[in-house]
Amino acid sequence: MRTDVVIVGAGHAGLAMSRRLGERSIDHVVLERGEVANSWKTERWDSLRLLTPTWQSRLPGFADASGEDPHGFRTMPETIAFLERYAWAISAPVHQHTAVNSVRRTEEGYAVQTSRGAWRSRAVVLASGACNIANVPRQLAAALPAAVASFTPHQYRNPSQLEQGGVLVVGASATGVQLAEEIQRSGRQVTLAVAEHIRMPRRYRGRDIQWWMDAAGILDLRHDEVDDLGRVREVPSLQLTGNDQGRMLDLNALTASGVRLAGRLAGLRDGKALFSGALANQVALSDLKMNRLLDAIDGWVSEKGLEGEVPPPERFEPTRIEASPPLALDLVRGGIRTVLWATGFRPDYSWLEVPALDRKGRLRHDGGVVDAPGLYVMGLPFLRRRKSALIDGAGEDARELSAHLATHLDQRAGIDLLMRSTMSGGTKFTSSVLSASTSST
Amino acid sequence: MTAVAEKQVQNGVNVEALLGAREALSKAPEAARFNWKATSKWVGGTHTRTHMKSFFGLGGDQSHKSEFSFDTDHPEIFASEDKGATPVEMVLTGLAGCLTAGVAAVAQMRKIQLRSVKATLEGSMDIQGILGIDSDVRNGFDGVTVKFEIDADATKQEIEALVAQSQKRSAVYDILTNPTNVTVSVS
Ligand SMILES: Cc1cc2nc3c(=O)[nH]c(=O)nc-3n(C[C@H](O)[C@H](O)[C@H](O)COP(=O)(O)OP(=O)(O)OC[C@H]3O[C@@H](n4cnc5c(N)ncnc54)[C@H](O)[C@@H]3O)c2cc1C
Repeated sequence: MRTDVVIVGAGHAGLAMSRRLGERSIDHVVLERGEVANSWKTERWDSLRLLTPTWQSRLPGFADASGEDPHGFRTMPETIAFLERYAWAISAPVHQHTAVNSVRRTEEGYAVQTSRGAWRSRAVVLASGACNIANVPRQLAAALPAAVASFTPHQYRNPSQLEQGGVLVVGASATGVQLAEEIQRSGRQVTLAVAEHIRMPRRYRGRDIQWWMDAAGILDLRHDEVDDLGRVREVPSLQLTGNDQGRMLDLNALTASGVRLAGRLAGLRDGKALFSGALANQVALSDLKMNRLLDAIDGWVSEKGLEGEVPPPERFEPTRIEASPPLALDLVRGGIRTVLWATGFRPDYSWLEVPALDRKGRLRHDGGVVDAPGLYVMGLPFLRRRKSALIDGAGEDARELSAHLATHLDQRAGIDLLMRSTMSGGTKFTSSVLSASTSST
Repeated sequence: MTAVAEKQVQNGVNVEALLGAREALSKAPEAARFNWKATSKWVGGTHTRTHMKSFFGLGGDQSHKSEFSFDTDHPEIFASEDKGATPVEMVLTGLAGCLTAGVAAVAQMRKIQLRSVKATLEGSMDIQGILGIDSDVRNGFDGVTVKFEIDADATKQEIEALVAQSQKRSAVYDILTNPTNVTVSVS
């Protein structure tokens, strides 16, 4: 089978790209190993709500909120239904239950092997997600005592899966703080190992924090405007939750609910978890970062002369920690039955047979234009702008990348044409050449 | 975020060289492997002298401009001769040197002029551990505090951020706060 562009993955990113290619009449298919919104259907825990408000899921060519509260936070079933409506509304050419098993380069583009036949295309867009694999620190996990169960966020659905007893949650970004709270509430004592994290109020000066970051242009910061792109691409998710509207889920809230805080999990020795003694600095850094963001928001408010329209600035009590947080915890004797690794996610490119990965297995790309002609990627953290990994960021990224892709197809078409005419001694316009070069004007 | 106008700041740290090294090493990560070396010799009693001259880094053997040596001993209340600082004080020396260098480098990077940087360090320890009186008491520090007094062209918040960032990038701070495998052998 042949097409101009294969999009791998029917999450919001693949769908947004499909819509953008459709606008340019570029022939394409969206190959999806499961169903539309597969990640939301199969890889998320039960209580999860989006941490971005409903208004902040703007996808290109779609403004259907179907009677939902724009300031609410969608549940998983609501998120899935939303993406299904989107796929339907834009008539995305999705081939469901079609897993891509390999992508290879060919003379004229790419060969894509799937569980349902082979495709040849001139370009490929990787929209297969940034969170396919839960990052588990392998050496640490391997050293866990046999009596302690190990869960990733992909395996976790709700607290009833866990044995009664203590739980060590490793990681205190969005996933870690949400799961620590839910598990603590279920009556299991949670110890939370805290490494780098970013504290953030849910609401500030009468508005949702996402509203401020959107309005003040903070989410629009572009990849070519930051000094240290490698660094910002590794920044952890904000400590936010869409549950219990408006509540701040920071370490102070967790401490108040009974969660015990420890430093970064630094080692496991003789059945003992060893924690870093740097917790005080971790929370200080996080408070400083939060305050810098709030300063930026306040600066924007004064610059725009909006002081009269919103409540005055507020600052939050510094993060409280014990005078001497625990440095070691004997897991078995300390009653820990489960370790939950909320240590982040990474993409899976095991099927990508194109030499475009760096030594740490990350895709080499410049704002989504991969270091291989005709190969593109969507949905990675800070791909083109700060909001690139959010649902709300896909529209603009897809617009810019589809423009680049269209130019690439045109140039290829020109080269192919030249080759053909020199080889055959005459000019033959094939239909695919014509459709590609006319569609981008 | 405060906009910092282009200004001349001189803390005596060559930030361009540091940034250049960072750039070069991210392209050639093998060269980033360093081995720091010290050789020591027992002088007598609890007195030891340790020398540092050569080390390995950037893919080859390197050397200090001259050899440094430090004496460690214990004070008279330990029935020693007090010919040098205690080894645990040398740990505080390392921490002070590392954090302060970090403060200077980060200040230079952030265009903050420093006027003075003083730190007071304390490591607290219950010597029942080393004396083997109570096996529940650990040998080493049970807590370390560092108090900085910094005079600089910056707000209190900017100074706090300097100190926080220097901890984040400090080797000795990391060595003290995280477990490290230590292998001791006899030849
Ligand atoms: C726990 C969690 C909470 C999040 N909450 C929010 C939030 O509140 N708001 C927000 O804006 N963002 C949120 N995100 C970030 C982001 O929006 C989601 O990760 C989103 O699912 C990413 O969309 P995507 O289209 O890039 O990838 P995905 O939704 O993961 O879609 C990729 C698709 O590709 C398919 N696929 C993968 N490999 C193959 C293959 N080899 N062959 C065929 N198909 C394949 C998958 O089945 C999947 O359907 C969250 C992420 C996580 C992990």
